[in-house]
Amino acid sequence: MSLSEATPSRRFIGARQEGRQSYWRRLDWWLLGAALVLSTASSVFVWSASRSDLAGDDPQYFLNRHLVNIAIGLVLAFIVSRLDYRLLRAYAPVLYGLAIVGILLVYTPLGTTIAGARAWVQVPGGFTLQPSEFAKVAIVLILAVVLAEKRDAEAEPRDRDVALALGLAAIPIGLVLLQNDTGTVLIMCTVVVTMVAVSGARTRWVAGLLVGGATAAVIAWQLGFVKDYQIARLTSFVNPDEAASTAAYNATQARIAIGGGGLWGRGLFQGPQTQGNFVPVNESDFIFTVIGEEAGFIGAAITILLLSIILWRGMRIALGAGELYGRLVAAGVVAWLAFQTFENIGMNLGIMPITGVPLPFVSYGGTSMFASWIALGLLENVRLHQQQQS
Amino acid sequence: MSDRSHLRLVVLGVLIISLIGTLVARLSYLQLVVGEEYAAQAASNSTREVITPAVRGLILDQRGRPLVSNRTSLVVSVDRTVLAREEDGGAAVLDNLARALGVSRESIDQKLMPCGSEGAPPLPVCWDGSPYQPIPIAKDVATETALTIMERRADFPGVSAQLAAVREYPEPFDANLAHVLGYVGPVTQEQLDAQGDSADPARLRSRDLVGRNGLEAQYDAELRGIPGITTLAVDQVGRVTGTVSESEAVAGNYVVTNIDAHLQQVVEQALAESVDRAREEGDVADTGAAVVIDVRTGAVLAMASYPTYEPQIWVGGISTRDYESLLRDRALSMTVTQGTYAPGSTFKAVTTVAAAREGYDLTGTYPCPADYTVGSQRFRNFESSGFGPITLQRALEVSCNTVFYRIADEMWLKGGGLYAPQGAPDPVAETAAAFRLGEASGIDLPNEAAGLVSGRDEKLAVWEQRREQWCADAKEGFSALRDENPKLAEYYTALAKENCLDGFRWRNGDAINASIGQGDTAITPLQLAMAYAAIANGGTVYQPQVAKAVLSSRGEVVKQFDPVVRGEVQAPEGTFDFLRTSLAGVTAEGTGRVPFEGFPLDEIPIASKTGSAQVFSDNSTTAWFASFAPADDPQYAVVMMVTRGGTGSLTAGPGVRAIYEALFGVVDGIVDPAKSVLIGAQPSRTLPIVRPDGTPVVPEATP
Repeated sequence: MSLSEATPSRRFIGARQEGRQSYWRRLDWWLLGAALVLSTASSVFVWSASRSDLAGDDPQYFLNRHLVNIAIGLVLAFIVSRLDYRLLRAYAPVLYGLAIVGILLVYTPLGTTIAGARAWVQVPGGFTLQPSEFAKVAIVLILAVVLAEKRDAEAEPRDRDVALALGLAAIPIGLVLLQNDTGTVLIMCTVVVTMVAVSGARTRWVAGLLVGGATAAVIAWQLGFVKDYQIARLTSFVNPDEAASTAAYNATQARIAIGGGGLWGRGLFQGPQTQGNFVPVNESDFIFTVIGEEAGFIGAAITILLLSIILWRGMRIALGAGELYGRLVAAGVVAWLAFQTFENIGMNLGIMPITGVPLPFVSYGGTSMFASWIALGLLENVRLHQQQQS
Repeated sequence: MSDRSHLRLVVLGVLIISLIGTLVARLSYLQLVVGEEYAAQAASNSTREVITPAVRGLILDQRGRPLVSNRTSLVVSVDRTVLAREEDGGAAVLDNLARALGVSRESIDQKLMPCGSEGAPPLPVCWDGSPYQPIPIAKDVATETALTIMERRADFPGVSAQLAAVREYPEPFDANLAHVLGYVGPVTQEQLDAQGDSADPARLRSRDLVGRNGLEAQYDAELRGIPGITTLAVDQVGRVTGTVSESEAVAGNYVVTNIDAHLQQVVEQALAESVDRAREEGDVADTGAAVVIDVRTGAVLAMASYPTYEPQIWVGGISTRDYESLLRDRALSMTVTQGTYAPGSTFKAVTTVAAAREGYDLTGTYPCPADYTVGSQRFRNFESSGFGPITLQRALEVSCNTVFYRIADEMWLKGGGLYAPQGAPDPVAETAAAFRLGEASGIDLPNEAAGLVSGRDEKLAVWEQRREQWCADAKEGFSALRDENPKLAEYYTALAKENCLDGFRWRNGDAINASIGQGDTAITPLQLAMAYAAIANGGTVYQPQVAKAVLSSRGEVVKQFDPVVRGEVQAPEGTFDFLRTSLAGVTAEGTGRVPFEGFPLDEIPIASKTGSAQVFSDNSTTAWFASFAPADDPQYAVVMMVTRGGTGSLTAGPGVRAIYEALFGVVDGIVDPAKSVLIGAQPSRTLPIVRPDGTPVVPEATP
């Protein structure tokens, strides 16, 4: 999905009659502020992690691209937050379709394999995009439309709607699963269960999903659908000291980096694990080890605090939403960001399997940064809409 | 909205809070409770690189026959840093080693001396690699000797015997090709310093071998490959704790040349026989060169320099004895690209083009007297014989100097004569420049000579450079010589005075000398071959190209070298046709006739020009034979040259004939393309095939 496709024509932006001033006043500044501080501060750590990666070339290569990614993310968030509510609903099926096309592109010659997962698409200009990141947005929007489709008299979605929602979600989830992108699949599943639950669907749906998911996982494991390396990747965190395998090595080095940071950290550019490149991809999936090592417990805790503020504001927006559609969008986004944050920091700390998901608003990587800011834009959009209604 | 929805949102909130709580708890535990333990682990973490050297790429001929390959050899090396720790500085160890290897202690010492240190032997023998790396001192050591050294470690501290990949020269058809192939040697400290702190995995490391000359140097970056690097994480006691990163070695690319090994052998043999022939006639014939060019592409099909040497002697470090003999024989220099010589009468072809460009009638008749007088100077014809009025074609056939003297004199006068202003026309020099004579041909081999074409501008430049010396000499008057030989001193002084005053003037005598390739003009045999190739193909000057393509070690085409056009020689229509006909006449009934008696010229007309350029410093002649064929549809240009070698016709002519016989498959005067040394009697138009395992597919007839 390219930037231009995500940009609607001008007549939809700011089409509402409210004054421009009130737009800025009505924004959730706690939400925006936390995300801004997080992204800005992340640049320093991306720089620290990457400046020795391209010795001989431009040491600020990753930093510069990271800053550009943040800037593009901000623009995307602005656009998404101002999109007309009805338009968002009307175009959800189109976005859903585009997301699936995007995932399928991975199987064409444009697809690229990075770190064992065939989940990237090569786009002109030397950039790669990860369509599954955008698919998260699409799932949130399409499920919100379908699950909020009940008639006024009904207190809960009809079974038909729930079944349709699950069916629609299953397609992108299945495709991403085929790409070996386990981390993203787990996040998408969490989003689906959360949204079905929050939609007010009957309890047996929620319970069924939870039990069914667990059963499916066990069966897949037992029947060998899960490949050995996937198991190795998922279990290496249990006992990382046993084998010097690559996955276990990553987990061990990450823990040495964070543990060595202590209360105050080693200081910027001073972390031996970070600067010695002991932790792989530490500008992206393992950025939290850089924060932990160089900024210590203080820095790491502030990072978690800022992410928590985002989740708290998101939750408030969900609770305060005047109608089900907005609440579902907000709840889906919150579940997504919450689980992705937990999964990422958890794998950095050695309590979650290493699945290669980035830390929202922090990790280096264009698609993830764009998706994070689009998510934020969606939350702001719901909030603006609810204020307009009240 | 239902209360159920609200309730479930609250549950979600609680779940999220507990997840965050878990993260904070785990973070606190790692950083605040057991943090110090991890800090200690971080301190003991370090990495170690294990390097798997890349296999150096092969050099192939145009049919895929390996010209340079690799083999393994037991190499004995000495680590000086370990020796220096011995009480006697390692003297006893080296004595033992010399005995074990059966060589003199001195020969080992010489190889261990860093270049530039006191008493060190000259460059390739002395050590100019990194001071910290073990120095190879013996290659192809017998297995028992190597075992002895490795078993008696106590007697041989700092000495190691290891299997190493070394270059091998299969010499298909006994083609030697030493100068073109070049050789490899240890990387120098300067090369290592020059690349700075590069993190490029392909960067040079202190134990690497790099190309030092020839194709090995020219295409070093292609041939070298990328070593495999395994970065291991090790703790403070050196225990490997994990693999940080791993990359496999990428074998070097293969360089496919335009050289045909079979033709190369024929050219080398023909050159050596020409040298022998000259020596039988009492000439010194100290050096020689021969080259075969594809006139349609500039591809170098064969190229030989005499004398040559066995490329094998460089493998594992050259010995002092070998190196001295190379120097004595002057075998190291590649005569064909590095030697510059007066082209003599072969240059008349260029002067003819200059005359045509100046409007001379190529079909006209010109007087050919026995001598041509300018002022007080008399310029003689070769052997002082006159032919009366003759056509320009006949003038080329019999190599009449005086015809060209007159034309050169006239053009000189027309260009402004003695007092011509700066930038005045200089047709011969300009035409030579259009043929790219007097400048490096751009061949893909290092250290090519540029040569020189004499002319008005060139003379001025020389004068500006040497005026001071000339004027000082004129003033000083050669006093050291005066007692011994007052007459010679007088002569030298007068000469210096004249040079000092107006040595910049381009005189008609200079123009006359230049017109027949004498005077200051000195070019490489390769440049002459490229000029004749241009005449053959209608004026296109190609850049000579030894390499044809680069293949990966799995056989994929990495790059192909397309013909490079360096320029077009502009000449009136018919000029090149005239030259093709006239030069064919040289072979049929001119100075080139004798060596080609009995050759089927009616089937394969040969265009040629002989040259016997005078070298005044040692009163000898440089024998030239420049040619292309077939004259009516030219495909090959062949040039052979022997210094101090007598006449071009008798010394070099038979050699060139042998080359054409091999090219076209002429045996006993009968043309049989099947007997050509080239498969299918043509240079290969396709690239050789290299199998995925790296072995090239070689034609069946390869010995």
